[in-house]
Amino acid sequence: MTDTKAKADGKANGSRKKSDRWSAGVIPYAEMGYWMPDYQPKDTDTICAFRITPQPGVPPEEAAAAVAGESSTATWTVVWTDRLTNYETYQAKAFKVEQVPNAENQYIAYIAYAIDLFEEGSIANMTSSIIGNVFGFKALKALRLEDMRIPLHYIKTFQGPAHGIIMEREHLNKYGRPLLGATTKPKLGLSARNYGRVVYEALRGGLDFTKDDENINSQPFMRWRDRYLYSMEGVNRAMEATGEIKGHYLNVTAATMEDMYERAQFAKEVGSVIIMIDLTIGFTAIQSMAKWARANSMILHLHRAEYATYARQKNHGVNFRVLAKWMRLAGVDHIHSGTVVGKLEGDPNMIRGYYDTLRLMKVEKNPRLGIYFDQDWGSMPGVMPVASGGIHAGQMHDLLHYLGEDVVLQFGGGTIGHPMGIAAGATANRVALEAMIKARNEGRDYRKEGDDILKAAAKHSRELQVALDTWGDITFNYESTDTPDVVETPTSV
Amino acid sequence: MHITQGTFSYLPELTDDEIRKQIQYALDNGWPCSVEFTDDPHPRNVYWEMWGLPMFDLEDAAGVLAEVNACRKAKPEHYIRLNAYNASYGKQTTALSFIVQRPSEEPGFRLDRQEWHDRTIRYTLHPYVADQPHGERYNGHK
Repeated sequence: MTDTKAKADGKANGSRKKSDRWSAGVIPYAEMGYWMPDYQPKDTDTICAFRITPQPGVPPEEAAAAVAGESSTATWTVVWTDRLTNYETYQAKAFKVEQVPNAENQYIAYIAYAIDLFEEGSIANMTSSIIGNVFGFKALKALRLEDMRIPLHYIKTFQGPAHGIIMEREHLNKYGRPLLGATTKPKLGLSARNYGRVVYEALRGGLDFTKDDENINSQPFMRWRDRYLYSMEGVNRAMEATGEIKGHYLNVTAATMEDMYERAQFAKEVGSVIIMIDLTIGFTAIQSMAKWARANSMILHLHRAEYATYARQKNHGVNFRVLAKWMRLAGVDHIHSGTVVGKLEGDPNMIRGYYDTLRLMKVEKNPRLGIYFDQDWGSMPGVMPVASGGIHAGQMHDLLHYLGEDVVLQFGGGTIGHPMGIAAGATANRVALEAMIKARNEGRDYRKEGDDILKAAAKHSRELQVALDTWGDITFNYESTDTPDVVETPTSV
Repeated sequence: MHITQGTFSYLPELTDDEIRKQIQYALDNGWPCSVEFTDDPHPRNVYWEMWGLPMFDLEDAAGVLAEVNACRKAKPEHYIRLNAYNASYGKQTTALSFIVQRPSEEPGFRLDRQEWHDRTIRYTLHPYVADQPHGERYNGHK
């Protein structure tokens, strides 16, 4: 009985005598104090909701206790050195398991972690515990971190967004409507000079932002410094043409922190209002760049490149809402968070939950939105969600309905692919957006009347008319893979 | 040129009735309105002149619109914008801001480039009207 299966064979609520707890060998985690059904979580505890799929024969309580153990103090066997510590403080406590409706052999396990377990202000330290070794644990077939209640005491140890939604709007002088952006296309191959042309055309046509793509860093066809120079020429020409603040997300993602600081410093020198990083740089690098962004008055955009690798499948990985929480703590100002109606994964209820998590000061438990806990953010500023991927002007009413006002709507193909040119594509999006906001404010049922509102607006905008003629009936109606458990059938748009 | 600051600059000029509906929306949300004017359209000109204090206690959209029109009458060649302010905890910022009057001619901006080291350029946006003192801009209207 020296492998973890031995533990699994033990009864979860076994009646082992207290003295046996310290006998050398292997005993079930549940009997080592990691399963505590009577435990009342403290206000200062971090609480995780894990979706667990135990191996056959492993009781859910034991599987939950094993997760608690492996994500806190435990190793696979009894160690006498535990007794040199106040181990009960450091043990994570699984205190509840619930069967997932409509899913065989899946349970939600609730586990509490004392505040002393994690270093102040460190995503890396917290995640090394919570999503560290435990995800490879053999006693589980699959494991997914669905949500976390992070206590305000711990939240207060993080910087949070470098600026947040309100400061961003005040800096950009843009109120009362979503912001508009576009990613420069094609992703790869444009020379710096041609690249800057796309920036100029899209911004002068009416967008607020253009964006480097996540895999645009500093390749042979376009080195970073050249891209920054030509992009800023485009930004400034567009400001001259419109009298409006404009920005281009200059991607500073690079191999080392030294390289990223160098690029960010240059972005600042050439007068950019915003820089960009990819999730692939890692949590610590993100926190470092957030610190830099606050110190240098630079808005910080995060592209979530890689997230779907571990966030998409329902039974294993980390739900995006947890990543969204971590990124708000880490301190980004923007994060890509789904579109509902576009080409990428996203159930409307789940995305509403992500957006609430990023934007609100207090978020209430709401199973319909996939939110497991009340979450108090204190006064930590909100992060601006970014909706990008397969959206176009003809969906403006649905976008406003699902995503609200504090969001960046990014129309890449929907701007650059416009038959009359890039600036016309940008104008079409801006006209559609302003017409929809105006109609909403006038009290019209803009969602129901959306098509009519757009058609009416197109009467004074040939750019919008052509956009509607080109993309008006394009939709992406696929069922989502990740949906709330309480909704039996996936919702479609 | 046509300055595109504000929430509705890509739509045809709003009629008084359309402006009143936007004011009503703001008041229904509990956002007080204010009117501001300027003869300096630089996008970094944050502080336009206040046409009186924000109308914290005015609950009548027609009353706000009357202030817009009084400002228009007094400043016929200035930019005028209507703002709505959300004072709730967690916001405490402008909620809506749109231009309700423009000068009859908008000369726009000159982009100055200072050629700097290593191919970098320092850009400055210069409104043409800023070459004249306040009060002598936009056909000399005060």
